[in-house]
Amino acid sequence: MSELGFWGFERPDGSVGIRNHVAILAVMDNVNGVVKHLAQLVKGTLPIPVWYGRGQFGADDVLYRRTQVGLAANPNIAAVLVISLERVSAEKVAAAIAESGKPVEHISVQDIGGSVEALAAGIRKLIPMVEAASAERAKFVPLSKLVLGVECGGTDTTSGIAANPALGYVADQVVASGGTVYLSETSEWMGAEQVLVKRAKTEAISAEIWAAVRRIEDSAVARGVDIRGANPVPDNIRGGITTIEEKSLGAIIKGGTTEIQGVLDYATPAEGKGLYVMDTAAPAAESMTGLAAGGAQIILFSTGQMNIMGNLIAPTVKVTGNPRTAERLRDNVDVDVSPMLQGETLEVAGRRLLEFTLSVASGRYTKAEILGEEDIAISRIEPTV
Amino acid sequence: MARVIVLDERDNVATAIGDIAPGESVESPSRSVVATETIPFGHKVALVSIADGGDILKYGESIGLARGDIAVGACVHTHNVESQRGRGDRGSAS
Repeated sequence: MSELGFWGFERPDGSVGIRNHVAILAVMDNVNGVVKHLAQLVKGTLPIPVWYGRGQFGADDVLYRRTQVGLAANPNIAAVLVISLERVSAEKVAAAIAESGKPVEHISVQDIGGSVEALAAGIRKLIPMVEAASAERAKFVPLSKLVLGVECGGTDTTSGIAANPALGYVADQVVASGGTVYLSETSEWMGAEQVLVKRAKTEAISAEIWAAVRRIEDSAVARGVDIRGANPVPDNIRGGITTIEEKSLGAIIKGGTTEIQGVLDYATPAEGKGLYVMDTAAPAAESMTGLAAGGAQIILFSTGQMNIMGNLIAPTVKVTGNPRTAERLRDNVDVDVSPMLQGETLEVAGRRLLEFTLSVASGRYTKAEILGEEDIAISRIEPTV
Repeated sequence: MARVIVLDERDNVATAIGDIAPGESVESPSRSVVATETIPFGHKVALVSIADGGDILKYGESIGLARGDIAVGACVHTHNVESQRGRGDRGSAS
């Protein structure tokens, strides 16, 4: 068989984008209007509006900025126009993104003279960026250049039986080819840690996995509540998921079977290759934002009852093992692996999903992209002042 | 004959891959049981009787403890299974 790979856009830092966006990034929520309007005015641009971003401090500010910069540095973005209300934050965020080597410009709305001037200046800065990005041609690169995020949402019991094993098959192929895989959603390791840690490369990594889950469990205890209802959520329970232990044991299968090379903080890129776990909130918006900010170019998203959401920057492939969902919510399904319930082998279903993944990595749009079911949400860990 | 999937030979529950009616025979690789009640698609049926406090086993691992005795062929779900994790309502972690 020929070498596995995909057609992508090479970046100055050696990474490879599977899309070639010119992004317009809001540093804080008070400039979302300018960001959205600019994207309407200039063809070939991707608006990245945000919520919050002002008045944050300490660890919360560090997490927020790391995530925001990581999203803009994602290889799927060719160039970035940073918009902020004032100069200090605009320059700081732009400088951090520029470390990736990609073209970055910035505008301070206060300095430039308000919304109208910001739009005029923004259009002039975006013209050459879009010209350059549109002139780039994709090259065939090996699968080792892929960072794959695996996610689940709207889980039911078919997820652990069919969809997640298919995702795990692709994850194993990516790792075997020298690529990288991120498994996130920490609360969905709870009750499955004993299985997950068997594959930890070192004792220290094993201890980190236990500690990450413990932090969530301690938070449930501190609040005096049962997490059931928040996880599993009502649609999980309707789909046959009884406890968080059951959900987790099915969820971790999507990471495949290879050795775990490390535990990553939210929105932090891996320094090596292979399978990593990333400590994130479980809901799709926050988790996928962490994955994309950590450099994932694509996300495979298993679903049973269906969660329609995709990430704004990393194209998101919806995979279901539930034949009823595959039929009833077909407008949102990319790959149906429900034949696995009727005896289709993991090898056959997994190959189908791998081929689809490489197709999306080479430019094919996902349902979430076509339908605009794309967003981000940056995790917050402390109140704003 | 209703079809179910058993994920590990240690499991004492099976997952229905179609709606199962009361009285319907359920065939798993290890044993045949009769459903005593409706088991909706994706929900679990007890393959053996499970005593109050006993482990519910799926994927070969405990997914919680039986709350009350569970009869062979019964539906196994939130009404008769207690999670042991994230139980802040009990005041302490497991």
